[in-house]
Amino acid sequence: MKQRLMPLLLAASLALAAVPARAELEHYVIDTKNAHAFIQFKISHLGYSWVIGRFNTFAGGFSYDPRNPAASKVDVSIDTASIDSNHAERDKHLRSDDFLDVGKYPKASFVSTGYSEGAGGQGQLKGELTLHGVTRPVVIETRMIGHGKDPWGGYRRGFEGTTTLKLKDYGIKKDLGPASQEVELFLSIEGVRQP
Amino acid sequence: MLGSSSTRFGPLAVLFHWTVFLGVFALFALGLYMTELDYYHPWYNSAPAVHKAAGILLLGLVLLRGAWRLFDRPPAPLDTHSTLERWTARAVHGALYALLVLVPLSGILIATADGRPIDVFGWFDVPALVSGLPRQEDMAGELHESLSWMLVGLASLHALAALKHHIFDHDDTLRRMTLRPLRSPPPAQGDKP
Repeated sequence: MKQRLMPLLLAASLALAAVPARAELEHYVIDTKNAHAFIQFKISHLGYSWVIGRFNTFAGGFSYDPRNPAASKVDVSIDTASIDSNHAERDKHLRSDDFLDVGKYPKASFVSTGYSEGAGGQGQLKGELTLHGVTRPVVIETRMIGHGKDPWGGYRRGFEGTTTLKLKDYGIKKDLGPASQEVELFLSIEGVRQP
Repeated sequence: MLGSSSTRFGPLAVLFHWTVFLGVFALFALGLYMTELDYYHPWYNSAPAVHKAAGILLLGLVLLRGAWRLFDRPPAPLDTHSTLERWTARAVHGALYALLVLVPLSGILIATADGRPIDVFGWFDVPALVSGLPRQEDMAGELHESLSWMLVGLASLHALAALKHHIFDHDDTLRRMTLRPLRSPPPAQGDKP
């Protein structure tokens, strides 16, 4: 009896060891409620300085597996009308059909397709970004900044990321000059782990 | 001297009328033009600045005109005007006055949506009195555009009606809003027609 059971137990434990990820997958909601998450953009003004702005309204979450980071997933939806460059008239122009055309495209979204993480938390997050009705693959250079218990009984994990987009790639035709063809995104994302 | 008589508008009312006419059509054209300018056009910044400053001055003029009208009774309608003409003229005039105030006010709400004041040719600032309403710049922008089209549309109707009286009816409707002599001058004081 014992001898017949051993291989079974061995097989069972091997099978469990092969899929450790499932048990470890942690689910996080991005802390937009208390604004510990930011989607910022930066674009050159004439090649002389930067215009920096952000999207104030977005929502999303991610799952993360500390033992198998490649199993992680991210999903974010952005309210394009919430663009804020600290100048109402410029924001009005950015929402118009010269740029984001928020009446026609009220949402932008990012859905991850893959993640790899190296030493020190540096990683690459691949996904599909939908902006201005155009969906394109993007790679976000990421870094896990930290994780752990918060002082209020929760558990948090935070990342930062950067990527660069060409406005023309997303069908945004308004030309702001040769120095302003690309916009850099800086993302600071803190998630609160769900029970 | 400056006031209106029972048969014609006085020089001050005539001056107000034609200055406001020029201002409205110039600002309407400038507004359409400036929103289509390329980012690198030399006027990209100055055209909206002039539009805003001139719009403030035009609003001031309209308010002065309104104040003057409280003291200066306009001439009575011509006897040849039909009841329908009197009522439509009255409604259109009322709507024109309302739009002459609402169009610049909606424009002010765009420019001051985030608390920035409006610089009037470096002469003075109009402070932001209402700011921070949800999507204020977008709502005010749509209002400003549609009200402007209404103003220009009604003003055109008003002009066509005046031309109809001038060309087809050969009456003094248009002429009494100018400084030129009337076609049928009123009888001298004391005369019986």
